[in-house]
Amino acid sequence: MLVSLYRYNPETDNAPYMQDVEIELPEGKDLMVLDVLALAKEKDPTVAFRRSCREGVCGSDGMNMNGKNGLACITPVSDVVKNNKLVLRPLPGLPVIRDLVVDMGLFYKQYEKVMPYLVNDNPAPAIERLQSPEDREKLDGLYECILCACCSTACPSFWWNPDKFIGPSGLLQAYRFLADSRDTAQAERLANLDDPFSVFRCRGIMNCVSVCPKGLNPTKAIGHIRNLLLQRAT
Amino acid sequence: MGMNSVTNIGRNGIQDWIIQRVTAYVLALYTLFLLGFFVTTDVDYQAWSALFAQGWFKIFSLLALLSIAGHAWVGLWTVSTDYIKSAMPRFLLQAACVLVMFVYVVWGIQILWGL
Ligand code: SF4
Ligand code: SF4
Ligand code: FES
Repeated sequence: MLVSLYRYNPETDNAPYMQDVEIELPEGKDLMVLDVLALAKEKDPTVAFRRSCREGVCGSDGMNMNGKNGLACITPVSDVVKNNKLVLRPLPGLPVIRDLVVDMGLFYKQYEKVMPYLVNDNPAPAIERLQSPEDREKLDGLYECILCACCSTACPSFWWNPDKFIGPSGLLQAYRFLADSRDTAQAERLANLDDPFSVFRCRGIMNCVSVCPKGLNPTKAIGHIRNLLLQRAT
Repeated sequence: MGMNSVTNIGRNGIQDWIIQRVTAYVLALYTLFLLGFFVTTDVDYQAWSALFAQGWFKIFSLLALLSIAGHAWVGLWTVSTDYIKSAMPRFLLQAACVLVMFVYVVWGIQILWGL
């Protein structure tokens, strides 16, 4: 199989380029894209990429595989390969540090803006803040996000305004805390979101939904936030 | 944290969003009404000027015109802030859009009420 790798080392290269590597795939076994990268690294040890858990939990190996964002460690080659060719690029829209490694600074900045932690002004109870099973259920489909950035870097609105639009990942987390029965800062959270950019740049394109490796639905969460803002404004 | 702008019509994102939805409904209604009129009436000068002679239709038309202006304002403001990153050309484009919208509205009022 032909693997085409995006290569860029700002210290030595004037511009990014694509490097072609021929990889022998073992018979009768479907490798993950991350395994293919490991094989490529055996041939050329200078290839840089991030990975840690290699089982879709840590979120560090988000990349663009034949045009679609996903986690290399849980994406079978057979799912993405086209005409026996695999093109690997870094996540689109973020500055490249080297090869497949991107600078996630802007992504984390947007995450930080939504106050991704519980705020509760009430005195702490002796043991714990209880939550009913029904209220806990409201967090399903929200808390599972691993911050891999596959969604936000697939979103055109985030490409155009990565400094002002929070993006699908951050907004999913914004709603995760808006929906939490133990949180008391809902008013403050909503006040921080009602400008024309933070939430409303979402155009409902749903690229985020189609790439999320965890099967989450940021567009739906954004719809819930919009409804909360609407209730607050009328 | 939030970013609002003086060239924006609404004071925040939710107002823009509401303006965009409401004006879209008005424009859809107006379009459907006109389509219905064209289908059910044998349109000639008489019928056309009789329609525009009615007070309610003048008001409906003005509402549609204001809706176009509001809809275009929000829409073009959004597009310009997406694609034009330097402030001066963006401001000039926004100002030009607002001016055109203003002229259309005043001109439309003149036409509707035969001023
Ligand atoms: S639905 Fe919204 S957040 Fe998701 S990709 Fe589209 S514009 Fe971006
Ligand atoms: S919502 Fe999905 S794609 Fe987006 S950061 Fe979270 S896990 Fe990754
Ligand atoms: S290596 Fe951890 S998610 Fe792929």
